[in-house]
Amino acid sequence: MLRQREGSAAVALAVARCRPQVVCAYPISPQTHIVEEVSRLVAAGELTCEFLTMDSETSAMSGVIGASAVGVRSWTATASQGLLHMSEAVHNAAGLGLPIVMTVANRAIGAPINIWNDHSDSMSQRDAGWVHLHAASNQEAVDLHLQAFRLAESLSVPVMVCMDGFVLTHATEPVDVPEQGVVDAFLPPFVPRQRLDPEAPVSIGAMVGPEAFTEVRYLGDRQLRRALEEVPRVADELARHLGRHSAGLVQPYRTDDADVVLVGLGSVMGTVRDVVDTERDAGRRAGALTVTTYRPFPAAAVAGAVPPGARVLVIERSLAPGSSGPVTADVREALVGRDAALHTVVAGLGGRPVTSRALAELLARERSGLLDGTTFLDLRSDVVAHEVGRPA
Amino acid sequence: MELPYGITLPVGSSLGNRTGAWRVERPVYADGRAPCGHACPAHEDPQDWLYAAEEGDYRTAWTRLVAANPFPAVMGRVCYHPCETACNRGRLDEAVGINAVERFLGDHALTHGWDLPGPGPATGRHVLVVGAGPTGLTAAYQLRRLGHEVTVRDAGHEPGGMMRYGIPTYRLPRDVLDAEIARIVRLGVGLEQDSQVTDLDAALEEGFDATLLAVGAQLGHRAYVPAGEAARVLDAVTLLHDVAEGAAPRIGRRVVVYGGGSTAVDAARTVRRLGAEESVIVYRRDRAHMPAHPAELAEALDEGVVVRWLTTVARAEPGRLAVERMELDEAGFPQPTGEIEELSADALVLAVGQDCDLAFLDGVAGVEVRDGVVQVDEFLRTGRAGVFAGGDTVPGQRSVTAAIGHGTRVARFIDAWLRGREPTVAAELPVVDFEQLNPWYFADAPHAVRPRLEAARRVTGFEEVVQGLDETTALYEARRCMSCGSCFECDNCYGVCPDDAVVKLGPGLRFEIDYDYCKGCGLCAAECPAGAILMVPEPVPPS
Amino acid sequence: MSTHLGMPLMYYQVGSFAVGNRLVDPDLRSEQARPDRAASLTKGHRACRGCGEALGARYVLDTAMRATGGRMVTVNATGCLEVFSTPFPETSWRVAWLHSLFGNAPAVASGAAAGLRALGTDVRVVAQGGDGGTVDIGLGCLSGMFERDDDVLYVCYDNGGYMNTGVQRSGATPPAARTTTTQPVGHSYGHAFGQGKDAPRIALAHEIPYVATATVADLRDLEAKVERAMSLRGARYLHVLVPCPLGWGTAPHETVRIARLATESGFFPVFEGERGRVTTVRRIRHRVPVEEYLRPQGRYAHLFTPHRREDVLGRLQQIADANVERYGLAAPAAAISTAGGGPDGHGEVP
Repeated sequence: MLRQREGSAAVALAVARCRPQVVCAYPISPQTHIVEEVSRLVAAGELTCEFLTMDSETSAMSGVIGASAVGVRSWTATASQGLLHMSEAVHNAAGLGLPIVMTVANRAIGAPINIWNDHSDSMSQRDAGWVHLHAASNQEAVDLHLQAFRLAESLSVPVMVCMDGFVLTHATEPVDVPEQGVVDAFLPPFVPRQRLDPEAPVSIGAMVGPEAFTEVRYLGDRQLRRALEEVPRVADELARHLGRHSAGLVQPYRTDDADVVLVGLGSVMGTVRDVVDTERDAGRRAGALTVTTYRPFPAAAVAGAVPPGARVLVIERSLAPGSSGPVTADVREALVGRDAALHTVVAGLGGRPVTSRALAELLARERSGLLDGTTFLDLRSDVVAHEVGRPA
Repeated sequence: MELPYGITLPVGSSLGNRTGAWRVERPVYADGRAPCGHACPAHEDPQDWLYAAEEGDYRTAWTRLVAANPFPAVMGRVCYHPCETACNRGRLDEAVGINAVERFLGDHALTHGWDLPGPGPATGRHVLVVGAGPTGLTAAYQLRRLGHEVTVRDAGHEPGGMMRYGIPTYRLPRDVLDAEIARIVRLGVGLEQDSQVTDLDAALEEGFDATLLAVGAQLGHRAYVPAGEAARVLDAVTLLHDVAEGAAPRIGRRVVVYGGGSTAVDAARTVRRLGAEESVIVYRRDRAHMPAHPAELAEALDEGVVVRWLTTVARAEPGRLAVERMELDEAGFPQPTGEIEELSADALVLAVGQDCDLAFLDGVAGVEVRDGVVQVDEFLRTGRAGVFAGGDTVPGQRSVTAAIGHGTRVARFIDAWLRGREPTVAAELPVVDFEQLNPWYFADAPHAVRPRLEAARRVTGFEEVVQGLDETTALYEARRCMSCGSCFECDNCYGVCPDDAVVKLGPGLRFEIDYDYCKGCGLCAAECPAGAILMVPEPVPPS
Repeated sequence: MSTHLGMPLMYYQVGSFAVGNRLVDPDLRSEQARPDRAASLTKGHRACRGCGEALGARYVLDTAMRATGGRMVTVNATGCLEVFSTPFPETSWRVAWLHSLFGNAPAVASGAAAGLRALGTDVRVVAQGGDGGTVDIGLGCLSGMFERDDDVLYVCYDNGGYMNTGVQRSGATPPAARTTTTQPVGHSYGHAFGQGKDAPRIALAHEIPYVATATVADLRDLEAKVERAMSLRGARYLHVLVPCPLGWGTAPHETVRIARLATESGFFPVFEGERGRVTTVRRIRHRVPVEEYLRPQGRYAHLFTPHRREDVLGRLQQIADANVERYGLAAPAAAISTAGGGPDGHGEVP
């Protein structure tokens, strides 16, 4: 049932309906509203759960590691500096194969300190061994959380659901949070692959040397890649339960005959679709490709969605300094062997709005062949010129 | 459970890693000899019998004790306990009161009527023992246990030798002595009293397969003291003998005892009990050089005995003595000073040494008597085949304890002879000294003091002065034993091994090192309270 | 009270100092004396010879296993204990055991305890780490675990440095000790005075249900404390001194003796406290100058050669004296030990 909800509240309710047994969290904007709402649900008796307010994000992730290791469904949420603070534990959770679900309210990382949205935080954990799901809307954010628990527990890998901070977390819009019965039907109780059990003691977290480390990593990678088959299956199953579409690996929009495709992650893709519509209205064959599952990277799905010969613009919500953007590298690899142009567009860093007008201008420049390999959308050239011109 | 490769490991997998290969030294359980046993002239192993006593198993303790010594109740009273002098606990607080526990066990056995073990299967061999003192009776007991017939011939009216005639009853009540002798006799020892052997050759012709000469030193040594005719001079041995026989001589009001040994102290204390108001020991050296046991001297002083140190008797006259002051030279020997003094004395008792009456050996072929004693080899054999000698009869320390030790040893040698075997002396384990122990583990526990009769009561009679321990106190005392050199299953090795490489085998079975995993750190040896684990170099494996 | 031998309970040779004692009832003996002890950390591990931490960990966990009837799981911080016990493919742990990271063991344990509570089981959690993992990198989340009063017993095995990484200085390194980052070169006498964290007192300040210190030299005391800790709910902290032959420059066989000298000199106070208050102390049995504790250790060798550093030795003695004063360690121990009446030489704090 659609209701006007703040994104954070919708996600909190969705998480609660997934019945996590342990929640460990530490406050950081813009994750706060989600955790506050979960704590309220616990206090109100609407969610039976051990709710631990930790002393840091490392502790928050460590707490859910401990909880997951004893075999209970565990969830946490963070953003930005918090995600970096817990980074060591994020990698550790994946290495241990613990099916933790974490909400990341994407936010820039400092310095300079900046509380607004971009993807620098989750991209910093790109290689941690987690499944990364990116919500383009609050409805997707809700649905992806349901999928995340299924996915994590069926593969015994951790999953982070990324939703743009403020843009989604603090936006109020009509969202359907599936009823408890629907969620229960979709998400069975957690059966851990391994757990700490005095009845059947094992040692979890061994030290592994050169003789086996490569194999451990290989097997971990293989397990993560299984999500490429599992995600569509889980998405389809959820769609059947919901009686409506639910996001999967990628979401192509008017790409079938496109000669230019804008590829990106998250909420910016709503604006991109609007621009695509405008371009189409003007007779230009533009398309959009939303990557929902960013890790493992659905290279085949991306390649399949981009018509041969189509030029590609990757909208990067984070910067890879000294290179271009993280998504670009993935898309380039997915399209390897094609000779069509591929551009990186760094857009919306630290909360700067990505506007339809800027995107339309971008496309125009692209058509004129004026686009550099990497372009910073809406870069204030006066500031740059002034600063660059100063004596060193 | 599906275990993720490399991340999760199953229990027990470390057993594949044999850390024993790291070892350069290995611990070994190695029993050592406790100093108490090493020091015991009677060849007891107090550590061994205390071990049983610690558990309250007095029967086992007593059985182990009497394996060496059939007179625990006697020894528990009269032994000068060199074991306690040697006891390592003396370095920690005070020596274990081994002697007191021995007496407790001895008395406990008498109270409960426990019999000595034996006799062994009859061998048909017959041994003559000359003398029913501690050596003779102990040898008789040991020989009976080995299955030999034994006949003991003794000059005294009653058996016991110097135990009866040399030790006053306030130190050794006669009922105790009688009971312990009776127990030996019950083993089937033929005891012939008032039966002095005067002709050894004649006795041997009776058909004995072996003979033991074990005559006590019952003759007082007659030191030359110039004495007026009417001067009253006695010897201590005779005095004590007469008192033992109930025929105490008149000694007067003031008595001087000349000598510094135990017999002198016994005589001085006996004199007090006979009614002398003054009992003065005259001794030519000082207290540090006195051979008498300090504890006995202390008891004597408590009873009013006075000692004149560094003094000799120069001359005895009726009612008085001339004494000379002495000085010790650098070597500790007394030298006369020429300074003469007079002492009032109704009698002078000489306690300056004792001799054996070995007249019956005159002209006996193969038996050599030199310096008043029979010459023997290390196996206590005289020059005559089948004739052995021990106790006061042979050179060496003279004490009841040493005599009992001789009895036990000589019985073994006689047994070998009777069986046509070469005598052997068992090799002794290395003695464990205090440094090898880890005394930390022994709970703080001072020596339990034996109650003593009040001094005022002592001088009025021959009642036993030193009382025994009650059971609780005896148990306490036994448990002060540090078990030097012997595992007492304290579990320290099992507990302190960081590698879980010590196997506990169960009560009484001790422990085993698992050399597959023992890294040779040595903690078990370092923390063994008893010094019963040694670290030895790791043997080089065969290539 | 009497034993199975029917004797009044009065004096038992080794009292309760030794691991076992054949003269008392098996039930009164230590956990380590039992043939069926859990051997939580068993043979085949790769700890150095004479490792105090390996010893301490088995002492602690075996007792905790007994106290919980085997219903417990263990969380381990990174460090020697973790590395030597679980090199793939071999684990020496016979208990359910989890290693996550260096600085997060208390938080992992908190989460595990929460998870077990959510499952409705009676399974308890024991977390453990070295002093670096505890007083330095893990102190924040340890403090968090304390203030939330999570149902975890956290055990710090203190060997006074980062031994796993090669003997670097930690927040628990004592003054004047040589480590590879506090080298006594030039005029330096090793680690500085006035630094370091008193983790047990920090724990006490949280007013958690239970805080105690112990050493591997007094097993019965250690076991009694683990037992007491496991009888309580909430956050509990146990700080165990574990000599490190490698880092301390001591012979492997000296591990227990050195720990004993640490307490007998007063340099390492052994006490327990509840809800912020010290309740009992383990009194010194035979007090020794702190020098006796220092001298056998290579990490203090520079205080004796080539020149005797009287000034430094004096300051170290002052630390011991201050401990004796602060905790009342000097009062005489009972002369006669009772095996059943708790660890020897304990006294109530007035």
